[in-house]
Amino acid sequence: MTNHWIDLKNSDCILIMGSNAAENHPVSFKYVAQAMENGAKLISVDPRFTRTSAKADIYTALRSGTDIAFLGGMIKYILDNNLYHLEYTAEYTNAGFIVGKAYGFEDGLFSGYKKNDKGGPSLGSYDKSTWAFEMDADGVPKIDRSLKHERCVFQLMKKHYDRYDLDMVSQITGTSKEDLVTVYKTYSATGKKGQAGTIMYAMGWTQHTVGTQIIRTMAMIQLMLGNMGVAGGGVNALRGESNVQGSTDHCLLWHIWPGYLSTARASNDSLDAYNKAFTPASMDPLSANWWQNYPKYSVSLLKAFFGDAATKDNQFGYNWLPKVDDGEAYSWFDLFDAMYKGNVKGFFAWGQNPACSGSNASKIREALGRLDWMVNTNIFDNETGSFWKGPGMDPSKIGTEVFMLPAAVSVEKEGSITNSGRWMQWRYQGPKPLGNAQPDGDIIMQLGHRIKDLYKQSGEFADPILKLKWDYETHGEFDAHKVAKAINGTFTRDTTIKDKVYKKGTLVPSFAFLQADGSTASGNWLYCNSYTENGNMAARRGTKDAPNNIGLYPEFAWCWPVNRRIIYNRASVDPKGQPWDEKDWVIRFDGEVDGGKYVSGKWVGDVPDGGWFPIQNPDGSRRTDTKYPFIMRKHGHGQLFGPGRADGPFPEHYEPLECPVEKNFLSSTMVNPTAVVYSTKADGHATCDPRFPFVGTTYRVSEHWQTGLMTRPQEWLMELQPNMFVEMSEELAKLRGIQNGERVRVASMRGALEAIAVVTKRFKPFKVGQGTVHQVGIPWHYGWRWPETGAEETANLLTPPAGDPNTRIPETKAFMVNVTKL
Amino acid sequence: MTKSILIDTTLCTACRACQVACKQWHDLPAEKTTNLGSYQNPQDLSYMTYKLVRMTETVIDNKLQWLFFPDQCRHCLDAPCLSMAVDESAIYQDEMTGAILYTRNTRRLDPEEIAVSCPYDIPRTGSDGTIAKCDFCNDRVHNGLKPACVTACPTGAMQFGDRKDILELADKRLTRVRKKFPDASLLNPEDVNVIYLVAFDPSLYADYAVAGTGRGGISRSVALHKMVKPFARMMRI
Repeated sequence: MTNHWIDLKNSDCILIMGSNAAENHPVSFKYVAQAMENGAKLISVDPRFTRTSAKADIYTALRSGTDIAFLGGMIKYILDNNLYHLEYTAEYTNAGFIVGKAYGFEDGLFSGYKKNDKGGPSLGSYDKSTWAFEMDADGVPKIDRSLKHERCVFQLMKKHYDRYDLDMVSQITGTSKEDLVTVYKTYSATGKKGQAGTIMYAMGWTQHTVGTQIIRTMAMIQLMLGNMGVAGGGVNALRGESNVQGSTDHCLLWHIWPGYLSTARASNDSLDAYNKAFTPASMDPLSANWWQNYPKYSVSLLKAFFGDAATKDNQFGYNWLPKVDDGEAYSWFDLFDAMYKGNVKGFFAWGQNPACSGSNASKIREALGRLDWMVNTNIFDNETGSFWKGPGMDPSKIGTEVFMLPAAVSVEKEGSITNSGRWMQWRYQGPKPLGNAQPDGDIIMQLGHRIKDLYKQSGEFADPILKLKWDYETHGEFDAHKVAKAINGTFTRDTTIKDKVYKKGTLVPSFAFLQADGSTASGNWLYCNSYTENGNMAARRGTKDAPNNIGLYPEFAWCWPVNRRIIYNRASVDPKGQPWDEKDWVIRFDGEVDGGKYVSGKWVGDVPDGGWFPIQNPDGSRRTDTKYPFIMRKHGHGQLFGPGRADGPFPEHYEPLECPVEKNFLSSTMVNPTAVVYSTKADGHATCDPRFPFVGTTYRVSEHWQTGLMTRPQEWLMELQPNMFVEMSEELAKLRGIQNGERVRVASMRGALEAIAVVTKRFKPFKVGQGTVHQVGIPWHYGWRWPETGAEETANLLTPPAGDPNTRIPETKAFMVNVTKL
Repeated sequence: MTKSILIDTTLCTACRACQVACKQWHDLPAEKTTNLGSYQNPQDLSYMTYKLVRMTETVIDNKLQWLFFPDQCRHCLDAPCLSMAVDESAIYQDEMTGAILYTRNTRRLDPEEIAVSCPYDIPRTGSDGTIAKCDFCNDRVHNGLKPACVTACPTGAMQFGDRKDILELADKRLTRVRKKFPDASLLNPEDVNVIYLVAFDPSLYADYAVAGTGRGGISRSVALHKMVKPFARMMRI
């Protein structure tokens, strides 16, 4: 979230699309309800009428996988009706940037496209240099803030979305034109100064072959309406686990190191080459270009990894780190694809249940059988640990040796979680772990010690293992405080910064103090400031609000970066530093004025995105000692035109890999031309195949969690949602002769399962083009291991082998199925 | 001052945290259920289910509504079940909290008689003949806590407090809710300590959302009991 949970209450219009907050983030509705009490409108857009829709002022449905068409139509509506926040758009976004002549877009393809003829999951890629901005002689982007230049982003955007008129959008999405206008009109009213609109999204947006671009479409709308950085605004991802944000910050994903640094490629053959490759350069003196500090963060990370062994002479141990091969991906999809092909021998399944959670789970279950060994670290046995005795498996033919390591549950250990709103919150240990279960930290520490011992005896290239700093224990037990301090970082020698001496071992006050010379160590620069000489900031429980009284509670826990509760908050003020919204203001500039010019600087409210002067003086003159507000972007502006993504600088509607229509109504490019599609014999897919005529989607319910490992054995929750079910419209049930409550079969190209038919008015057939499209939905919380009947299986037996090119997240939200009577 | 609960169904998202919290506090076993084509489960209140979120899909003015109704004992000010039970050691009212409480001595009562006396169809009888229902978490309340269901509610749909304050809040909420839902109403606020606020015709939410006709107060046996109530009270041991 750019904002945070409590901040939802400050919104004037809440769009819940791609998530089902009432069911899956029930506590969020406390703040949604407060916003509505204050007059906010709630809009729910979902293929199915949910418990969220039940509370909404406006509900409408769209066919799964058509969100970009829906939102692209909103962009057109905002532009056609001049509902955008002109000053914000012109000053803070790249709307006025001039795009080079090489840029083009035709029939669904952007300039620079190259189809992948070599095989492999990626369908194709772009030469992004054709999307570059025009620069002046100093290397600064040319900007026309009047937004009139024919090749400025604003005009190109206008042209791009001109095709997304109501007729077009309606025939793609299946949403009526009346409903489209109602949603567009209500939401775009937040473009007025002082009004804030927010989006609450989750996996309903991310899990598509166009997932990243769906979110970008909304980010563009938020920028145009001036909703970024303001209270009650932002782009808000509702995370699906209490600590997904934290684990992502600390490099859960293969392509990211802690703090969103890049994983090194094989071609980055030295630390200098690595830093050069990933440190953006801006020639614009007005751009903070915060990532220019990249080497400070990467070197501090290496110092945290290798301690005193990391020296300038050995490139701080850079060569001890594993590198990924150029052009290769190592995502979830790719790992299991490699495992399926017999290229992975050993596997730690740590706190996860891929046999149920992964898309196309049958392939995953088969892949697990091709391992030599698997370690299943979990609080309970699950479908993954017991895969060898699962449905369709012959234990006598499976050679995988499975070890179970019982792990302590979250309340049995001390440490921090970081919630969706980026709040790092310290939790104390409750009861001690039961039996021989251990906290993950202890298991990892012991594993590290044993591996080091083995490498001490023999082993090729032992340095990376032997030099790794591994001292996070106290009295032989994992010490979460030691890790938290290492994450924050320390000075590695006596260091003087701005006339102040920081002794060796002192905790670094904030990331502004981190250095690229080895004098600081920090396990994650974003968290530098979380555990300082003033104490463990995450453990704070102060309930005093900030002076703006909008629910920031700056002394409760700690928030990255540097306790800034709303990021991009310098866009919440006008160029003179005064809030767009006088009532729910986030920050304001409170400097002294002399002769129409600011002469001293002070911001009040939230921690500002940099303490520079406002862009303009009170007399309207532009300052030269300031920085643009979007400090994490190379050019300091919010990106309506996003030239960094794999699939194009403007979001474009493509159909899901499996879809119910013969053609993409917008172009002859059917599927995202850069999507990843896997192609072993376990990876079948089918479009417009009469055997699988209905759109399928997956989701969660309030009563279960994830693969249900923690909820299916819980009888009170099983009482509420005892069975796998499939929701369908009354019309579809009639078509198939299915009675409500009857057990039916749901099948896709990849598998089949049984489910109870829930026949409901909450699903309605869609009118798509000239035809009727039926959609069904299934929850993914079940698995054969529990309940004892073994008859309730995971939805992921059906989900497809395709994903987003930027993230490789699977397209589990739109695929094709059949539903039949048993 | 006795206590009351306001259940504002316009804020209820049917997350059913209340239903589970109730089971947890009272350590009640789960029922073996099957999905019968809707999210609602169990299908009805029972000897081991004191609180149940009823869920109804209905079309009102051409608009689909999914109505949620966390059903439970209303803890009537003048409870017909209590009137019906001559034995004060079986059913009694806690004067301090207003809770209507059932004891194991309900075994001595005629369960059918107690059941039909309730205008809201709440009491349920177990295999050993005792009768059970929501106890207002009276033990929690005496220890300064709110009832488990109220504590678990994430949206503020359930509020607990002194009866006077809850009545005031209920009126305030009603005025506010009526701006969006002109047909909104409070259900039997004068008669009960668990007051519901509904947006539409209460009969759409549950058969006995409001005091049922043909049940409770106007049944013949209760009428008779009411008539002889002073006498019955005198007869109590």
